[in-house]
Amino acid sequence: MKKNIILFLVILASFILQTTLFQVLDFGGISPNLLMIVTASYGFMFDKKYGMVTGFFCGLLMDIFYGSVLGFYALIYLYIGAANGSFHTIFYQNDIKLPLALITASDFAYLFVCYVLLFLLRSRFDFIFYLRNVMIPEIVYTIFITVFLYPCILLLNRNEEESEREEHKGV
Amino acid sequence: MSPVIKRKRKKISIPSEYLLLLLTGLCVVLMAVTFLTDYKATPLNKLVGYVVIPFQNGISRIGSWISVRVDELGELRIVLQENQELKKQIDELTVQNTQLQQDKYELNNLRELYKLDEQYSGYEKVGARIIARDSGNWFHAFTIDKGLDDGLRIDMNVIAGGGLVGRIVDIGSNWAKVNAIINDDSNVSGMVLASSDLLTVRGSLQLMKEGCIGFEQLTDSLEQVEVGVKVVTSNISDKYLPSILIGYISEINLDSNNITKSGKITPAVDFEHLEEVLVILKTKQQIAD
Repeated sequence: MKKNIILFLVILASFILQTTLFQVLDFGGISPNLLMIVTASYGFMFDKKYGMVTGFFCGLLMDIFYGSVLGFYALIYLYIGAANGSFHTIFYQNDIKLPLALITASDFAYLFVCYVLLFLLRSRFDFIFYLRNVMIPEIVYTIFITVFLYPCILLLNRNEEESEREEHKGV
Repeated sequence: MSPVIKRKRKKISIPSEYLLLLLTGLCVVLMAVTFLTDYKATPLNKLVGYVVIPFQNGISRIGSWISVRVDELGELRIVLQENQELKKQIDELTVQNTQLQQDKYELNNLRELYKLDEQYSGYEKVGARIIARDSGNWFHAFTIDKGLDDGLRIDMNVIAGGGLVGRIVDIGSNWAKVNAIINDDSNVSGMVLASSDLLTVRGSLQLMKEGCIGFEQLTDSLEQVEVGVKVVTSNISDKYLPSILIGYISEINLDSNNITKSGKITPAVDFEHLEEVLVILKTKQQIAD
């Protein structure tokens, strides 16, 4: 229960920061994708189910505010969360290489799907332009933020897990 | 968390494959519903409005307060210099002003003569602050801090600094989403003010980097349209009120079909530093009625 409340607050906080603070702290009009960090982290830190639910709600929040069709971003984030969940078996808390790699891959996958569905299908063919001006800057900025944000998410949930284990011991 | 501990818990657990299928189905249904019908998810809009908007409001207020203070310190010196220059300008302008007043008198007479409709300055407007921007980097929509409760409705036009910003495309009780005309998925029917030639103003992410909007389908058989002429919203648009300034043409090219022309427009609004906007409290449909 406590874990779910934390999850809810983390999603809310990252959405609010992403749409306000990080829109001001942009580099060349590009801001980082905090919701992707949260979705991917919850995916590989817990399991597929958590990744899915996190992704679904992150995407839904984006849909409600900025999507043209409700459920579009929710679907993309849902699958990215699920895909990250399948890496849970090789996840170790002290290793930061896997999270960085997974978040990079997730963000790229998200941006690529967005490009294909939202731009390519409207005959915007200049992939290299979008790659250089939107995708790579966003991925780099997101990774930069991950270095600071990911340990925070980990810390929040590590304490949680330890207290949970203690509870079990007590029982 | 190891899987062993998890199984111990007495909870109804759905296998992850079913959950994936279930949520996918939900997404597809939602997409189908919003795509095929006019349903705008008003209950959801209201709900998130109460949860998210107050926070966004607060943070953006703190943010703008800080940025204003920082700007103030930096600009103090510049302002002092400017002040002296401005004093000189005032003298010049007073002379000009008297001339212009004469011109205005003349203009008013002419307007009456032609019985021209009042420009959009006559519409009732309400000011709103931008509190959040699009979470992704593909589009540049933004959220303002007024909504249904303040009398705003979908399709109302949004202006700033005398130029067209966009229109409201989604709304909650205390927020509204504005789609900017520079957005990649935005099309506005425009008109060259001088020659009344129609054109389509089309936002593009590629041109946005240069600070321009593209235009297309300008038939200019008399070769009257030049670089620098004003482009306003046309009267055939069903969403935008007529004769709101969009910008100035900065580049014209003849299309390969040798009939139409396309090119770039420099928008009248500085979209990079937009903080406050005005919403015109009348939609085109209401005026047409």
